[in-house]
Amino acid sequence: MLTYLIRRIFFGAFVLLGTSLITFAIAFMVPADPAVAMAGAKADPHTLATIRHQLHLDEPLYIQYGDYLGRALHGDLGRSYIRRESVTRLIVSRFPATALLAVCAMALSLILGIAMGLVAAAYRDRAVDNGLLVASLAMVSMPVFWLGTMLLIAASAWTKSIPLGGLAGWKSLILPTFTLALGSAGYYSRILHTNLGDAMEQEYVRTALGKGLSRAQVMILHAMPNALLPLVTLAGLDLAGLLSGVVLTETVFNWPGLGRLAYEAVLSLDIPLIMGTVLFSAFLIVIANLLVDLMYAYLDPRIRLEEIG
Amino acid sequence: MKARANAMEIIGATMVASLVFVAVLAPILAPHDPTRAVANSFGDPAGPSWAFPLGTDALGRDVLSRIIYGAQISLEVGIAAMAVTMTIGVTIGLGAGFFGGRVDFILMRFTDVMLTLPALLLAMALVSVLGPSIRSILIVIGIVSWTSIARVVRAEALSMSQRDFVVAARTLGAPPYRLIVRHVLPNVAPTIIVMAALGTSGTLLLDAALSFLGLGVPPPTPSWGRMIEEATIYFRVAPWLATFPGLAIFYAVLGFNLLGYGVLRRRAR
Repeated sequence: MLTYLIRRIFFGAFVLLGTSLITFAIAFMVPADPAVAMAGAKADPHTLATIRHQLHLDEPLYIQYGDYLGRALHGDLGRSYIRRESVTRLIVSRFPATALLAVCAMALSLILGIAMGLVAAAYRDRAVDNGLLVASLAMVSMPVFWLGTMLLIAASAWTKSIPLGGLAGWKSLILPTFTLALGSAGYYSRILHTNLGDAMEQEYVRTALGKGLSRAQVMILHAMPNALLPLVTLAGLDLAGLLSGVVLTETVFNWPGLGRLAYEAVLSLDIPLIMGTVLFSAFLIVIANLLVDLMYAYLDPRIRLEEIG
Repeated sequence: MKARANAMEIIGATMVASLVFVAVLAPILAPHDPTRAVANSFGDPAGPSWAFPLGTDALGRDVLSRIIYGAQISLEVGIAAMAVTMTIGVTIGLGAGFFGGRVDFILMRFTDVMLTLPALLLAMALVSVLGPSIRSILIVIGIVSWTSIARVVRAEALSMSQRDFVVAARTLGAPPYRLIVRHVLPNVAPTIIVMAALGTSGTLLLDAALSFLGLGVPPPTPSWGRMIEEATIYFRVAPWLATFPGLAIFYAVLGFNLLGYGVLRRRAR
């Protein structure tokens, strides 16, 4: 197990190194001059040179990259060119709003997706199953930002008690949570449906049916735990993705989270902030990956034994 | 059982075909010029009427005509971006799966790194760096969405390259290029076709999202995503402005999804 753990951590570190290289390469491609962005278009050459020197932009690239990496390891992602604040602090201040939204949306999409998948599998190959299949495809086909806008329209027409934007009280969570959850709920229901179908054809299910349990009992008690595990691990990875990438929903609902921070950074070509948010997202995903791998290895000895052998 | 899968395919194919029809015949079907003000409603969007069935936007442009012309650019970008995505994904997947060993290791670790980067964030950053144009959008969508295709194709190619007929051809001295093109690729093709249909729904959504964020195909080209973005400030007074272009995106994405899943289901049985 320890060998496996060390290998996974090493792999995570490697992936993060790769992502940092790619983000750095993108930042290098930006056509705008950061010094001009900070000092304004009318700054004199001397000021520009001073700023470039302060930012180490006059040094060779590999030294700049090494510096960036070294500071990132200490949690320092540089300073935003536009906001003149520490990128780390900006990310930390915006993270809770996004985390709250992501966790709520994930919970809702799991509940909805599991319910839909279970019902569809129970009525396999019948009208209900077909209807739920089409419904789930419709859910994944809906553009998130459009769904959000439609909910805004509906809420503003029919009720005054639901806030239409911003983060203020639990009611303000309703619309963005639903917007974010619908698509992944459709996706999860498809996956659970497939997994349950596969599980119901296994030997242990035939045994359980043979000893006299009803189909519903077998499905929930025997097939469900096996069908659910891949879904939950998938949800773990998605949660990490949600924590970073709820750009569209946050834009529609004016949500003060990371997604909007990243969007504003892109619009203003605020390079350190773009790099910081991308790198932070990658970090979350790597951590989630690591946790999922470890959970799998813990639950399924075949994985850790295979790695050693 | 087969009939149901076929129903999905047929409906999906019909939806896609109707979309292609509208896009190709846009100049004939559209009642007005999509980029010009045709109604005297400057500053105020007007609701649906006999003259303008889906209303007009704040600049007095006909929404229906804009949606019809929007089908052109959406399909163009969606399908071309899918082609870029498939080219990258299939090349990397085939290479990794067929050659195995060190090539496989390096390509797959690169895929792992790309999978870790958040797709939309990366796409936003890249478009802002390259500047919004059709060409850069195609490249960017390709760069951020090839990973899942590469993984699937790799798995298929890996199992194919172990099959007896490939091993036999190799033993007879066929060069790798010939093995891939003549033996592995044709057998991986059905998977590639399904992935292409499903991939197009993904590229359509990504393109629409970029347009919505103001990073899509630049104006005056009518694009569904940007129509929604322009309509958001009028969501109280003119809800139809955001509704119809969204329905168009939804229709297009659903069509490709039904087609892809339909084929997938039939093959699974």
